[in-house]
Amino acid sequence: MAEAIIVESVTKSFKLANHQTIKRLAVNAAKRRPLSRTFTALEDISFKLEQGESIGLMGLNGSGKSTLLKMISGVMSPDRGQVLTRGRIAGLIEVGAGFHPELSGRENIYLNGAILGMSESEIDAKFDAIVEFSEMRQFLDSEVRHYSSGMFMRLAFAVAVHTECDIFLIDEVLAVGDQPFRRKCLARIQELRDEGRTLVFVSHSAKQVQRVCTRGIVLTKGKVAFEGTSGEAVRYLGYETEDETDEANDD
Amino acid sequence: MSVDVRDPSAAPLEPMVNPGRVGGLLDVFRRRYLLKLLVRKELRVRYQGSVIGLAWSYVKPAVRFLMYFYIIGLILGPRSLENRPLHIFSGMIMVAFFTNALSAGTKSVVKNKSLVRKINLPREMFPVASIVVSGYHMVPMYVIMFVGCLLTGWHPDLGALLAGGMAAAIVLAWGLGVALLLSALNVFFRDMQNVIDVVQTVITWTVPMIYPFGIIADRFRETNQLVYELYLSSPLCISVLLNDRAFWLPSVHRPAQASREELPAHLFERGLVMIVLGLVFVWFAQAVFARLEGRFAEKL
Repeated sequence: MAEAIIVESVTKSFKLANHQTIKRLAVNAAKRRPLSRTFTALEDISFKLEQGESIGLMGLNGSGKSTLLKMISGVMSPDRGQVLTRGRIAGLIEVGAGFHPELSGRENIYLNGAILGMSESEIDAKFDAIVEFSEMRQFLDSEVRHYSSGMFMRLAFAVAVHTECDIFLIDEVLAVGDQPFRRKCLARIQELRDEGRTLVFVSHSAKQVQRVCTRGIVLTKGKVAFEGTSGEAVRYLGYETEDETDEANDD
Repeated sequence: MSVDVRDPSAAPLEPMVNPGRVGGLLDVFRRRYLLKLLVRKELRVRYQGSVIGLAWSYVKPAVRFLMYFYIIGLILGPRSLENRPLHIFSGMIMVAFFTNALSAGTKSVVKNKSLVRKINLPREMFPVASIVVSGYHMVPMYVIMFVGCLLTGWHPDLGALLAGGMAAAIVLAWGLGVALLLSALNVFFRDMQNVIDVVQTVITWTVPMIYPFGIIADRFRETNQLVYELYLSSPLCISVLLNDRAFWLPSVHRPAQASREELPAHLFERGLVMIVLGLVFVWFAQAVFARLEGRFAEKL
Protein backbone atom coordinates (compact mmCIF):
# COMPACT_ATOMS: atom_id res chain seq x y z
CA MET A 1 0.00 0.00 0.00
CA ALA A 2 1.11 3.52 -0.72
CA GLU A 3 0.21 6.77 0.94
CA ALA A 4 -2.60 8.80 -0.53
CA ILE A 5 -2.32 11.81 1.75
CA ILE A 6 0.61 13.03 3.80
CA VAL A 7 0.08 15.93 6.15
CA GLU A 8 3.37 17.01 7.66
CA SER A 9 3.57 19.42 10.60
CA VAL A 10 1.06 21.74 9.00
CA THR A 11 0.50 25.10 10.64
CA LYS A 12 -1.90 27.73 9.43
CA SER A 13 -2.79 31.02 11.00
CA PHE A 14 -5.04 33.81 9.85
CA LYS A 15 -4.39 37.46 10.31
CA LEU A 16 -7.53 39.33 11.21
CA ALA A 17 -7.12 43.02 10.55
CA ASN A 18 -8.83 45.28 13.05
CA HIS A 19 -9.37 47.98 10.47
CA GLN A 20 -11.27 48.25 7.22
CA THR A 21 -10.40 51.81 6.31
CA ILE A 22 -7.29 53.96 6.42
CA LYS A 23 -9.00 56.22 8.92
CA ARG A 24 -9.65 53.32 11.29
CA LEU A 25 -6.07 52.15 10.77
CA ALA A 26 -4.75 55.57 11.70
CA VAL A 27 -6.96 55.78 14.77
CA ASN A 28 -5.88 52.33 15.95
CA ALA A 29 -2.24 53.16 15.35
CA ALA A 30 -2.54 56.45 17.23
CA LYS A 31 -4.21 54.78 20.20
CA ARG A 32 -1.59 52.05 20.12
CA ARG A 33 -4.17 49.35 19.74
CA PRO A 34 -2.99 46.19 18.03
CA LEU A 35 -3.45 46.53 14.27
CA SER A 36 -4.29 42.90 13.74
CA ARG A 37 -4.86 39.70 15.65
CA THR A 38 -3.44 36.38 14.67
CA PHE A 39 -5.61 33.33 14.96
CA THR A 40 -3.97 29.95 14.72
CA ALA A 41 -6.38 27.63 12.95
CA LEU A 42 -4.04 24.64 12.72
CA GLU A 43 -0.92 23.92 14.72
CA ASP A 44 1.61 21.28 13.84
CA ILE A 45 -0.79 18.73 12.40
CA SER A 46 0.69 15.52 11.04
CA PHE A 47 -0.90 12.34 9.79
CA LYS A 48 -0.71 9.91 6.93
CA LEU A 49 -3.44 8.15 5.07
CA GLU A 50 -2.91 5.02 3.00
CA GLN A 51 -4.74 4.52 -0.26
CA GLY A 52 -8.19 3.15 0.37
CA GLU A 53 -8.30 4.26 4.00
CA SER A 54 -11.12 6.36 5.34
CA ILE A 55 -10.70 8.84 8.12
CA GLY A 56 -13.17 10.97 10.04
CA LEU A 57 -12.15 14.43 11.16
CA MET A 58 -14.08 15.44 14.23
CA GLY A 59 -14.07 18.27 16.69
CA LEU A 60 -16.12 21.23 17.79
CA ASN A 61 -16.90 24.16 15.55
CA GLY A 62 -13.80 26.22 14.95
CA SER A 63 -11.44 23.38 15.78
CA GLY A 64 -9.88 23.55 12.30
CA LYS A 65 -11.55 20.64 10.53
CA SER A 66 -12.67 22.58 7.50
CA THR A 67 -9.39 24.46 7.25
CA LEU A 68 -7.54 21.15 7.23
CA LEU A 69 -9.82 19.86 4.51
CA LYS A 70 -9.12 22.98 2.44
CA MET A 71 -5.39 22.30 2.77
CA ILE A 72 -5.90 18.77 1.44
CA SER A 73 -8.07 19.97 -1.43
CA GLY A 74 -5.46 22.60 -2.27
CA VAL A 75 -7.73 25.60 -1.89
CA MET A 76 -5.49 26.89 0.89
CA SER A 77 -1.81 26.36 1.44
CA PRO A 78 -0.14 25.92 4.84
CA ASP A 79 2.10 28.58 6.40
CA ARG A 80 4.52 25.90 7.56
CA GLY A 81 4.80 22.20 6.84
CA GLN A 82 3.45 20.55 3.74
CA VAL A 83 0.57 18.56 2.35
CA LEU A 84 1.12 15.95 -0.34
CA THR A 85 -1.57 14.02 -2.15
CA ARG A 86 -1.62 11.31 -4.76
CA GLY A 87 -4.19 11.22 -7.53
CA ARG A 88 -7.28 13.18 -8.32
CA ILE A 89 -9.20 14.88 -5.56
CA ALA A 90 -12.93 15.48 -5.51
CA GLY A 91 -15.47 15.93 -2.85
CA LEU A 92 -18.64 17.11 -1.32
CA ILE A 93 -17.44 20.53 -0.32
CA GLU A 94 -19.82 23.37 -0.85
CA VAL A 95 -21.73 21.45 -3.48
CA GLY A 96 -23.54 23.71 -5.84
CA ALA A 97 -21.02 26.53 -5.58
CA GLY A 98 -20.68 26.46 -9.34
CA PHE A 99 -24.38 26.30 -10.10
CA HIS A 100 -25.91 29.18 -11.92
CA PRO A 101 -29.62 29.92 -11.38
CA GLU A 102 -30.21 31.15 -14.93
CA LEU A 103 -29.00 27.93 -16.54
CA SER A 104 -31.03 24.74 -16.88
CA GLY A 105 -30.37 21.66 -14.79
CA ARG A 106 -28.76 19.97 -17.78
CA GLU A 107 -26.38 22.88 -18.43
CA ASN A 108 -25.56 23.07 -14.76
CA ILE A 109 -24.60 19.40 -14.67
CA TYR A 110 -22.06 20.04 -17.40
CA LEU A 111 -20.80 23.30 -15.91
CA ASN A 112 -20.46 21.89 -12.42
CA GLY A 113 -18.87 18.70 -13.70
CA ALA A 114 -16.27 20.76 -15.53
CA ILE A 115 -15.67 22.87 -12.43
CA LEU A 116 -15.05 19.69 -10.46
CA GLY A 117 -12.47 18.66 -13.04
CA MET A 118 -14.39 16.35 -15.37
CA SER A 119 -13.86 16.37 -19.09
CA GLU A 120 -16.70 16.60 -21.58
CA SER A 121 -16.58 12.90 -22.46
CA GLU A 122 -16.47 11.97 -18.78
CA ILE A 123 -19.63 13.98 -18.09
CA ASP A 124 -21.30 12.52 -21.17
CA ALA A 125 -20.54 9.04 -19.88
CA LYS A 126 -21.84 9.75 -16.39
CA PHE A 127 -24.75 11.96 -17.35
CA ASP A 128 -27.43 9.29 -17.05
CA ALA A 129 -26.08 8.03 -13.75
CA ILE A 130 -26.08 11.59 -12.39
CA VAL A 131 -29.64 12.25 -13.53
CA GLU A 132 -30.84 8.93 -12.17
CA PHE A 133 -29.17 9.56 -8.83
CA SER A 134 -30.76 12.99 -8.53
CA GLU A 135 -34.22 11.63 -9.48
CA MET A 136 -34.83 14.89 -11.31
CA ARG A 137 -35.16 13.84 -14.92
CA GLN A 138 -38.43 15.69 -15.52
CA PHE A 139 -36.95 19.03 -14.35
CA LEU A 140 -33.75 18.76 -16.31
CA ASP A 141 -34.57 21.43 -18.85
CA SER A 142 -36.03 24.05 -16.56
CA GLU A 143 -33.86 26.74 -15.06
CA VAL A 144 -32.32 25.98 -11.70
CA ARG A 145 -33.80 29.12 -10.14
CA HIS A 146 -37.20 27.44 -10.30
CA TYR A 147 -35.89 24.54 -8.21
CA SER A 148 -36.61 24.21 -4.52
CA SER A 149 -33.53 24.23 -2.32
CA GLY A 150 -33.89 20.48 -1.82
CA MET A 151 -34.03 19.81 -5.54
CA PHE A 152 -31.02 22.04 -6.03
CA MET A 153 -29.00 20.13 -3.46
CA ARG A 154 -29.96 16.82 -4.99
CA LEU A 155 -28.61 17.76 -8.36
CA ALA A 156 -25.46 19.29 -6.88
CA PHE A 157 -24.85 16.17 -4.82
CA ALA A 158 -25.47 13.89 -7.74
CA VAL A 159 -22.78 15.63 -9.80
CA ALA A 160 -20.27 15.69 -6.94
CA VAL A 161 -20.58 12.02 -6.01
CA HIS A 162 -20.01 10.98 -9.61
CA THR A 163 -16.70 12.79 -10.03
CA GLU A 164 -13.94 10.41 -11.00
CA CYS A 165 -11.37 10.59 -8.22
CA ASP A 166 -8.83 8.84 -6.02
CA ILE A 167 -9.39 10.94 -2.93
CA PHE A 168 -12.86 11.98 -1.87
CA LEU A 169 -13.40 14.77 0.68
CA ILE A 170 -16.68 15.27 2.50
CA ASP A 171 -17.43 18.34 4.56
CA GLU A 172 -20.43 18.24 6.83
CA VAL A 173 -22.96 18.02 4.11
CA LEU A 174 -25.04 14.98 4.77
CA ALA A 175 -27.36 16.91 7.04
CA VAL A 176 -29.27 18.34 4.08
CA GLY A 177 -31.98 16.81 1.98
CA ASP A 178 -34.71 14.47 3.09
CA GLN A 179 -34.09 11.22 4.93
CA PRO A 180 -34.23 8.86 1.93
CA PHE A 181 -31.90 11.01 -0.13
CA ARG A 182 -29.51 11.35 2.78
CA ARG A 183 -29.43 7.60 3.15
CA LYS A 184 -28.77 7.27 -0.55
CA CYS A 185 -25.83 9.68 -0.33
CA LEU A 186 -24.36 7.81 2.58
CA ALA A 187 -24.73 4.55 0.67
CA ARG A 188 -22.96 6.09 -2.32
CA ILE A 189 -20.13 7.27 -0.08
CA GLN A 190 -19.75 3.78 1.31
CA GLU A 191 -19.70 2.52 -2.25
CA LEU A 192 -16.89 4.94 -3.11
CA ARG A 193 -14.98 3.64 -0.11
CA ASP A 194 -15.54 0.03 -1.08
CA GLU A 195 -14.23 0.80 -4.56
CA GLY A 196 -10.92 1.62 -2.90
CA ARG A 197 -11.00 5.39 -2.83
CA THR A 198 -9.43 7.30 0.02
CA LEU A 199 -11.98 9.14 2.09
CA VAL A 200 -11.71 12.13 4.41
CA PHE A 201 -14.96 12.80 6.19
CA VAL A 202 -15.65 15.89 8.28
CA SER A 203 -18.72 15.43 10.42
CA HIS A 204 -20.34 16.03 13.75
CA SER A 205 -22.37 12.92 13.38
CA ALA A 206 -20.86 10.08 15.38
CA LYS A 207 -23.10 7.56 13.69
CA GLN A 208 -22.06 8.56 10.19
CA VAL A 209 -18.37 8.68 11.02
CA GLN A 210 -18.49 5.23 12.55
CA ARG A 211 -20.41 3.84 9.62
CA VAL A 212 -18.13 5.26 6.94
CA CYS A 213 -14.66 5.56 8.44
CA THR A 214 -12.15 3.16 9.89
CA ARG A 215 -9.96 5.81 11.46
CA GLY A 216 -10.73 8.99 13.35
CA ILE A 217 -8.93 12.15 14.32
CA VAL A 218 -10.25 14.62 16.87
CA LEU A 219 -9.10 18.21 16.57
CA THR A 220 -9.21 20.63 19.47
CA LYS A 221 -8.28 24.25 18.90
CA GLY A 222 -6.24 23.40 15.84
CA LYS A 223 -4.27 20.54 17.37
CA VAL A 224 -4.65 16.79 17.13
CA ALA A 225 -6.22 15.82 20.43
CA PHE A 226 -6.82 12.19 19.61
CA GLU A 227 -6.01 9.74 16.86
CA GLY A 228 -7.23 6.17 16.64
CA THR A 229 -10.04 4.09 15.24
CA SER A 230 -13.26 5.92 14.44
CA GLY A 231 -15.01 4.19 17.32
CA GLU A 232 -12.38 5.32 19.79
CA ALA A 233 -12.49 8.84 18.42
CA VAL A 234 -16.23 8.99 18.89
CA ARG A 235 -15.87 7.71 22.44
CA TYR A 236 -13.12 10.28 23.09
CA LEU A 237 -15.50 13.03 22.08
CA GLY A 238 -18.33 11.56 24.11
CA TYR A 239 -20.68 11.97 21.17
CA GLU A 240 -22.17 8.51 21.18
CA THR A 241 -24.66 9.30 23.92
CA GLU A 242 -26.36 11.91 21.77
CA ASP A 243 -28.37 10.03 19.22
CA GLU A 244 -29.88 13.10 17.63
CA THR A 245 -26.49 14.17 16.30
CA ASP A 246 -27.51 12.51 13.07
CA GLU A 247 -29.52 15.65 12.47
CA ALA A 248 -26.79 18.03 13.53
CA ASN A 249 -26.07 20.80 11.12
CA ASP A 250 -24.73 23.70 13.05
CA ASP A 251 -22.18 25.00 10.60
CA MET B 1 -22.10 4.04 -12.82
CA SER B 2 -18.60 2.68 -12.99
CA VAL B 3 -17.73 0.27 -10.27
CA ASP B 4 -14.06 -0.21 -10.92
CA VAL B 5 -12.49 -1.70 -7.86
CA ARG B 6 -9.09 -0.11 -7.69
CA ASP B 7 -6.02 -2.19 -7.32
CA PRO B 8 -3.20 0.22 -6.50
CA SER B 9 -0.55 -2.40 -7.22
CA ALA B 10 -1.75 -2.89 -10.79
CA ALA B 11 -0.92 0.53 -12.19
CA PRO B 12 2.32 2.43 -11.65
CA LEU B 13 1.86 4.89 -8.82
CA GLU B 14 1.29 8.52 -9.56
CA PRO B 15 3.76 10.77 -7.80
CA MET B 16 2.69 12.63 -4.68
CA VAL B 17 2.14 16.30 -5.31
CA ASN B 18 1.28 19.46 -3.45
CA PRO B 19 -2.46 19.81 -4.10
CA GLY B 20 -2.23 23.60 -4.01
CA ARG B 21 0.41 23.80 -6.74
CA VAL B 22 -0.03 26.61 -9.21
CA GLY B 23 0.04 25.86 -12.91
CA GLY B 24 -0.86 29.39 -13.95
CA LEU B 25 -2.11 30.22 -17.42
CA LEU B 26 -0.99 26.83 -18.69
CA ASP B 27 -3.57 25.18 -16.41
CA VAL B 28 -6.26 27.36 -17.94
CA PHE B 29 -5.27 26.06 -21.34
CA ARG B 30 -5.28 22.49 -20.06
CA ARG B 31 -8.83 22.88 -18.82
CA ARG B 32 -10.21 24.74 -21.81
CA TYR B 33 -13.47 22.78 -21.67
CA LEU B 34 -14.23 24.48 -18.35
CA LEU B 35 -13.16 27.80 -19.86
CA LYS B 36 -15.54 27.23 -22.75
CA LEU B 37 -18.45 26.52 -20.40
CA LEU B 38 -17.68 29.52 -18.18
CA VAL B 39 -17.59 31.78 -21.23
CA ARG B 40 -20.82 30.32 -22.59
CA LYS B 41 -22.47 30.82 -19.20
CA GLU B 42 -21.33 34.42 -19.08
CA LEU B 43 -22.66 35.12 -22.58
CA ARG B 44 -25.94 33.33 -21.90
CA VAL B 45 -26.53 35.05 -18.61
CA ARG B 46 -25.69 38.50 -19.90
CA TYR B 47 -28.05 38.25 -22.84
CA GLN B 48 -30.82 36.64 -20.85
CA GLY B 49 -33.67 38.13 -18.90
CA SER B 50 -34.20 41.60 -20.20
CA VAL B 51 -34.58 42.65 -23.80
CA ILE B 52 -33.86 46.20 -22.70
CA GLY B 53 -30.59 45.05 -21.12
CA LEU B 54 -29.34 43.78 -24.45
CA ALA B 55 -30.47 46.96 -26.18
CA TRP B 56 -28.63 49.12 -23.67
CA SER B 57 -25.32 47.62 -24.59
CA TYR B 58 -25.88 49.03 -28.09
CA VAL B 59 -27.59 52.28 -27.14
CA LYS B 60 -24.76 53.45 -24.90
CA PRO B 61 -21.96 53.22 -27.48
CA ALA B 62 -24.29 54.59 -30.17
CA VAL B 63 -24.99 57.71 -28.11
CA ARG B 64 -21.33 58.10 -27.29
CA PHE B 65 -20.50 57.78 -30.97
CA LEU B 66 -23.03 60.46 -31.95
CA MET B 67 -21.71 62.83 -29.27
CA TYR B 68 -18.14 62.38 -30.43
CA PHE B 69 -19.17 62.86 -34.03
CA TYR B 70 -21.42 65.91 -33.74
CA ILE B 71 -20.11 67.83 -30.72
CA ILE B 72 -16.43 67.31 -31.38
CA GLY B 73 -17.11 67.75 -35.10
CA LEU B 74 -18.52 71.18 -34.27
CA ILE B 75 -15.41 72.07 -32.30
CA LEU B 76 -13.04 70.74 -34.94
CA GLY B 77 -14.83 72.63 -37.70
CA PRO B 78 -12.49 72.91 -40.70
CA ARG B 79 -9.90 70.72 -38.91
CA SER B 80 -12.28 67.80 -39.34
CA LEU B 81 -11.26 64.58 -41.12
CA GLU B 82 -12.42 62.77 -44.17
CA ASN B 83 -14.50 59.73 -43.14
CA ARG B 84 -14.42 60.82 -39.52
CA PRO B 85 -17.11 58.30 -38.40
CA LEU B 86 -14.82 55.46 -39.44
CA HIS B 87 -11.92 57.11 -37.64
CA ILE B 88 -13.95 57.38 -34.43
CA PHE B 89 -15.32 53.87 -34.70
CA SER B 90 -11.99 52.14 -35.34
CA GLY B 91 -10.72 53.75 -32.15
CA MET B 92 -13.87 52.99 -30.18
CA ILE B 93 -13.53 49.27 -30.83
CA MET B 94 -10.11 49.09 -29.22
CA VAL B 95 -11.10 51.33 -26.32
CA ALA B 96 -14.35 49.42 -25.77
CA PHE B 97 -12.56 46.08 -25.66
CA PHE B 98 -9.92 47.34 -23.28
CA THR B 99 -12.27 49.08 -20.85
CA ASN B 100 -14.64 46.11 -20.96
CA ALA B 101 -11.77 43.74 -20.17
CA LEU B 102 -10.59 46.13 -17.48
CA SER B 103 -13.87 46.33 -15.57
CA ALA B 104 -15.08 42.75 -16.08
CA GLY B 105 -11.60 41.33 -15.54
CA THR B 106 -11.03 43.21 -12.31
CA LYS B 107 -14.28 41.98 -10.78
CA SER B 108 -13.88 38.43 -12.07
CA VAL B 109 -12.21 36.77 -9.08
CA VAL B 110 -14.28 38.48 -6.39
CA LYS B 111 -17.47 37.77 -8.33
CA ASN B 112 -16.68 34.06 -8.28
CA LYS B 113 -15.69 33.97 -4.64
CA SER B 114 -17.90 31.02 -3.80
CA LEU B 115 -15.83 28.94 -6.22
CA VAL B 116 -12.50 30.46 -5.28
CA ARG B 117 -13.04 29.79 -1.60
CA LYS B 118 -14.17 26.22 -1.88
CA ILE B 119 -13.00 24.54 -5.03
CA ASN B 120 -9.48 24.06 -6.26
CA LEU B 121 -9.31 25.18 -9.85
CA PRO B 122 -6.89 27.42 -11.70
CA ARG B 123 -8.07 30.86 -10.62
CA GLU B 124 -6.61 32.48 -13.71
CA MET B 125 -9.67 30.93 -15.33
CA PHE B 126 -11.83 33.86 -14.24
CA PRO B 127 -9.87 36.81 -15.64
CA VAL B 128 -9.16 34.80 -18.80
CA ALA B 129 -12.86 33.99 -19.22
CA SER B 130 -13.74 37.67 -18.85
CA ILE B 131 -11.24 38.54 -21.59
CA VAL B 132 -12.75 35.96 -23.92
CA VAL B 133 -16.24 37.30 -23.19
CA SER B 134 -15.04 40.85 -23.95
CA GLY B 135 -13.63 39.48 -27.18
CA TYR B 136 -17.03 38.10 -28.16
CA HIS B 137 -18.53 41.54 -27.63
CA MET B 138 -16.15 42.91 -30.24
CA VAL B 139 -17.64 40.74 -32.97
CA PRO B 140 -20.76 42.88 -33.66
CA MET B 141 -18.61 46.02 -33.55
CA TYR B 142 -16.27 44.62 -36.18
CA VAL B 143 -19.29 43.71 -38.32
CA ILE B 144 -20.59 47.28 -38.11
CA MET B 145 -17.17 48.62 -38.97
CA PHE B 146 -16.78 46.36 -42.00
CA VAL B 147 -20.11 47.61 -43.30
CA GLY B 148 -18.89 51.18 -42.76
CA CYS B 149 -15.65 50.36 -44.57
CA LEU B 150 -17.48 48.91 -47.56
CA LEU B 151 -19.75 51.96 -47.78
CA THR B 152 -16.82 54.38 -47.81
CA GLY B 153 -14.76 52.51 -50.38
CA TRP B 154 -12.15 50.81 -48.29
CA HIS B 155 -9.16 49.44 -50.26
CA PRO B 156 -7.23 47.30 -47.81
CA ASP B 157 -3.56 46.65 -48.50
CA LEU B 158 -1.29 44.16 -46.76
CA GLY B 159 -0.29 46.86 -44.29
CA ALA B 160 -3.92 47.34 -43.31
CA LEU B 161 -4.38 43.67 -42.45
CA LEU B 162 -1.13 43.62 -40.51
CA ALA B 163 -2.05 46.81 -38.64
CA GLY B 164 -5.50 45.45 -37.75
CA GLY B 165 -3.99 42.25 -36.39
CA MET B 166 -1.37 44.12 -34.40
CA ALA B 167 -3.95 46.51 -32.95
CA ALA B 168 -6.00 43.56 -31.69
CA ALA B 169 -2.89 41.77 -30.38
CA ILE B 170 -1.89 44.82 -28.33
CA VAL B 171 -5.24 45.21 -26.58
CA LEU B 172 -5.50 41.45 -26.04
CA ALA B 173 -2.10 41.21 -24.36
CA TRP B 174 -2.47 44.37 -22.28
CA GLY B 175 -6.10 43.59 -21.47
CA LEU B 176 -5.16 40.13 -20.21
CA GLY B 177 -2.28 41.52 -18.17
CA VAL B 178 -4.41 44.21 -16.59
CA ALA B 179 -7.23 41.74 -15.88
CA LEU B 180 -4.85 39.32 -14.15
CA LEU B 181 -3.15 42.01 -12.12
CA LEU B 182 -6.23 43.96 -11.04
CA SER B 183 -8.41 40.90 -10.36
CA ALA B 184 -5.80 39.71 -7.86
CA LEU B 185 -5.35 43.15 -6.27
CA ASN B 186 -9.12 43.58 -6.08
CA VAL B 187 -9.27 40.68 -3.60
CA PHE B 188 -7.16 42.66 -1.17
CA PHE B 189 -8.17 46.23 -1.96
CA ARG B 190 -11.76 46.66 -2.99
CA ASP B 191 -11.00 50.24 -4.07
CA MET B 192 -10.10 48.89 -7.49
CA GLN B 193 -13.54 49.73 -8.84
CA ASN B 194 -12.78 53.43 -8.37
CA VAL B 195 -9.34 53.05 -9.87
CA ILE B 196 -10.98 51.59 -12.97
CA ASP B 197 -13.34 54.56 -13.31
CA VAL B 198 -10.39 56.94 -13.23
CA VAL B 199 -8.42 54.88 -15.74
CA GLN B 200 -11.41 54.75 -18.09
CA THR B 201 -11.73 58.52 -18.15
CA VAL B 202 -8.01 58.95 -18.74
CA ILE B 203 -8.08 56.42 -21.57
CA THR B 204 -11.00 58.07 -23.35
CA TRP B 205 -9.12 61.35 -23.64
CA THR B 206 -5.55 60.19 -24.16
CA VAL B 207 -6.10 58.24 -27.36
CA PRO B 208 -6.79 59.74 -30.81
CA MET B 209 -10.37 58.49 -30.96
CA ILE B 210 -12.58 61.51 -30.31
CA TYR B 211 -10.13 63.90 -31.99
CA PRO B 212 -7.65 63.21 -34.81
CA PHE B 213 -4.02 62.46 -34.04
CA GLY B 214 -2.99 65.37 -36.29
CA ILE B 215 -3.92 67.83 -33.56
CA ILE B 216 -1.45 66.27 -31.15
CA ALA B 217 1.21 66.01 -33.86
CA ASP B 218 0.83 69.65 -34.94
CA ARG B 219 0.99 70.83 -31.38
CA PHE B 220 3.84 68.79 -29.96
CA ARG B 221 5.83 66.90 -32.61
CA GLU B 222 8.28 69.74 -33.28
CA THR B 223 8.02 71.78 -30.09
CA ASN B 224 7.74 69.32 -27.25
CA GLN B 225 9.18 65.90 -27.98
CA LEU B 226 8.66 64.74 -24.41
CA VAL B 227 4.90 65.25 -24.40
CA TYR B 228 4.68 63.81 -27.90
CA GLU B 229 6.51 60.61 -26.94
CA LEU B 230 4.64 60.39 -23.67
CA TYR B 231 1.39 60.49 -25.58
CA LEU B 232 2.62 57.69 -27.82
CA SER B 233 3.87 55.59 -24.91
CA SER B 234 0.39 54.31 -24.14
CA PRO B 235 -0.20 50.87 -25.63
CA LEU B 236 -3.84 51.71 -26.19
CA CYS B 237 -2.89 54.83 -28.15
CA ILE B 238 -0.68 52.76 -30.48
CA SER B 239 -3.44 50.18 -30.81
CA VAL B 240 -5.96 52.86 -31.81
CA LEU B 241 -3.52 54.35 -34.32
CA LEU B 242 -2.87 50.94 -35.84
CA ASN B 243 -6.60 50.35 -36.16
CA ASP B 244 -6.90 53.75 -37.88
CA ARG B 245 -4.16 52.59 -40.21
CA ALA B 246 -6.11 49.38 -40.89
CA PHE B 247 -9.63 50.68 -41.38
CA TRP B 248 -9.66 54.44 -41.76
CA LEU B 249 -6.56 55.19 -43.84
CA PRO B 250 -7.39 52.84 -46.76
CA SER B 251 -10.77 54.57 -47.08
CA VAL B 252 -9.57 58.15 -47.67
CA HIS B 253 -8.76 59.75 -51.02
CA ARG B 254 -5.09 60.62 -50.43
CA PRO B 255 -3.76 57.97 -48.06
CA ALA B 256 -0.10 58.99 -48.38
CA GLN B 257 -0.80 62.54 -47.28
CA ALA B 258 -3.25 61.44 -44.58
CA SER B 259 -0.68 59.02 -43.24
CA ARG B 260 1.92 61.81 -42.95
CA GLU B 261 -0.51 64.11 -41.18
CA GLU B 262 -2.55 61.79 -39.05
CA LEU B 263 -0.23 58.92 -38.09
CA PRO B 264 3.12 58.98 -36.28
CA ALA B 265 6.37 57.82 -37.88
CA HIS B 266 7.46 54.21 -37.30
CA LEU B 267 3.95 53.09 -36.39
CA PHE B 268 4.59 49.39 -37.06
CA GLU B 269 7.81 49.38 -35.07
CA ARG B 270 6.00 51.06 -32.20
CA GLY B 271 3.28 48.42 -32.48
CA LEU B 272 5.78 45.60 -32.34
CA VAL B 273 7.37 47.09 -29.23
CA MET B 274 3.94 47.32 -27.57
CA ILE B 275 3.18 43.68 -28.35
CA VAL B 276 6.49 42.54 -26.86
CA LEU B 277 6.03 44.78 -23.81
CA GLY B 278 2.47 43.45 -23.51
CA LEU B 279 3.71 39.87 -23.35
CA VAL B 280 6.26 40.86 -20.71
CA PHE B 281 3.47 42.55 -18.81
CA VAL B 282 1.30 39.39 -18.98
CA TRP B 283 4.21 37.41 -17.58
CA PHE B 284 4.66 39.93 -14.77
CA ALA B 285 0.93 40.06 -14.00
CA GLN B 286 0.79 36.27 -13.91
CA ALA B 287 3.71 36.22 -11.47
CA VAL B 288 1.92 38.69 -9.18
CA PHE B 289 -1.31 36.72 -9.50
CA ALA B 290 0.47 33.49 -8.54
CA ARG B 291 2.05 35.21 -5.55
CA LEU B 292 -1.24 36.57 -4.25
CA GLU B 293 -3.39 33.58 -5.18
CA GLY B 294 -2.31 31.57 -2.15
CA ARG B 295 -4.19 33.98 0.09
CA PHE B 296 -7.35 34.36 -2.02
CA ALA B 297 -9.33 31.73 -0.14
CA GLU B 298 -8.78 33.30 3.27
CA LYS B 299 -9.28 36.88 2.08
CA LEU B 300 -12.59 36.41 0.33
